[in-house]
Amino acid sequence: MKGRMISPGKAKGVAIVSKEPIGFYGSFDIKTGKMIEKGHPLEGKNIKDKILVFPCGKGSTVGSYVIYGLKKNNAAPAGIINKETETIVATGVILAGIPCVDKIDIDKIKDGDTIVLDADKGDVEIVKK
Amino acid sequence: MYLTKEEEKILDGSGGEVPERMLRLLVRLGEIYGADKMIPVGSVQVAGVSYKSIADPGTEYLEDIAKQGAKVKVLTFLNPAGMDLENWEKLGFPKDFAKNQLRIMNAFKSMGIVITSTCTPYLAGNLPRFREHIAWSESSAVCFSNSVIGARTNREGGPSALAAAIIGKTPNYGFHIWENRQPHFHIKVDAELKYSSDFGALGYFVGKQVKDKNPYFTGIKDADTDQLKALGAAMAASGAVAMYHVEGLTPEADLVKKDKLETINFGKKELEETYAKLNTCKDPDIVILGCPHASLREISTLAEKLKGKRLKKPIWICTSRMMKEAADRMGYTGIIEKAGGSIVADTCMVVSPIENMGYKVTGVNSGKAANYLPGFCKQGVVFANIDKLIEVQS
Repeated sequence: MKGRMISPGKAKGVAIVSKEPIGFYGSFDIKTGKMIEKGHPLEGKNIKDKILVFPCGKGSTVGSYVIYGLKKNNAAPAGIINKETETIVATGVILAGIPCVDKIDIDKIKDGDTIVLDADKGDVEIVKK
Repeated sequence: MYLTKEEEKILDGSGGEVPERMLRLLVRLGEIYGADKMIPVGSVQVAGVSYKSIADPGTEYLEDIAKQGAKVKVLTFLNPAGMDLENWEKLGFPKDFAKNQLRIMNAFKSMGIVITSTCTPYLAGNLPRFREHIAWSESSAVCFSNSVIGARTNREGGPSALAAAIIGKTPNYGFHIWENRQPHFHIKVDAELKYSSDFGALGYFVGKQVKDKNPYFTGIKDADTDQLKALGAAMAASGAVAMYHVEGLTPEADLVKKDKLETINFGKKELEETYAKLNTCKDPDIVILGCPHASLREISTLAEKLKGKRLKKPIWICTSRMMKEAADRMGYTGIIEKAGGSIVADTCMVVSPIENMGYKVTGVNSGKAANYLPGFCKQGVVFANIDKLIEVQS
């Protein structure tokens, strides 16, 4: 699949998919990458080194800094794939240097798929289902 | 988006990692919003200053890029901090909060940012000209500079404003472009507006309805800059208004197209209903004025009312350090303190941790403060004009 580069870089990893938007501020343990938002479909799961797939961001603009903090603590996803990246996530992945692509049909990606992400070209490849 | 050779070089990383990421952020935001190119900015005002707002992740980010040698290219001011940077101890701000707040200020200072901390930069030494492109963050300052001064800025987030300061440019979209400065709504005002709080009520009412669109006001016969400041601040808080026009008063009002506007009426009834709606409590524990930061005229007005009196409840009036300095010299500070009040500089009630300082109900004359205090600071609100808020001992 081909999308739009938001932040450059390449990554390979296992997909963790959320159908719901993600607000980063207050939703993650910044030291470990564990999702802690009550009632969120990803609650209790860890995003560290995964390819995090979700439709778009939501919530506080401090979320950008949380994405940066996750990266600094080595607890960030290896890459991010969105349907539509809005400014909070765009700002976060660029500050942190996390490869990110949007304008992808995320319904085609399932939890556990192995993904190769080449953000420089905007390419998303599902290599193993 | 068109980029110059010089801009492409920065994106290649030849100017270092910080400028590369800063420009990448601006270009990407520009693409998301349909900008055609980057344009130079005359000045910047950066939000995301209070430790209460940005917490540890924001603080560490700012320290990291300061350490990497980030420097701003244009005159850059800051939004209010979470405390008075000089009198925090005396005013009862918590020590651990202060420690983190000072880390943030040091990081900004080492980037060459003027650590002014005010939502009224235009009163404190950062005054853009008519039609100057700027990148400001604080919503009331954005609204004032677009509307009353006629400068041009979008509502920047903290990181995008900081990026604009480091690169000296911003993407060309939104309020930088003349077409987007045209009005969408005609607000017919038929009520006597005397106090700043009346303008705040009008702003709160209009912002709720027009959301992020531009209102054009008629029927406001006169208003000073303090009243226009209150009007814009309330609209920017209850809605997301970044620009308004007032017939006969603001510089672009005569120039914009005024056909096909949707009409909204605001009369005595709407004014009274808005006051009633914004009052959630009675009997404030504290009265806080200066949202947005008080001008010298507003401070002198308060001093005049408090001369020789003794207050029943404490009053804070929040302002910039520059206004405080002038108030000290003129003896206004002395009069206000003698009556049992305080002039608080560098911070404001919305971004300071007042909920942890023992206050539960706050009296305000600001539509913006009345909008934010219940959520951000878990406060009950008494919204009234300054004369009703001042209670003196007999």
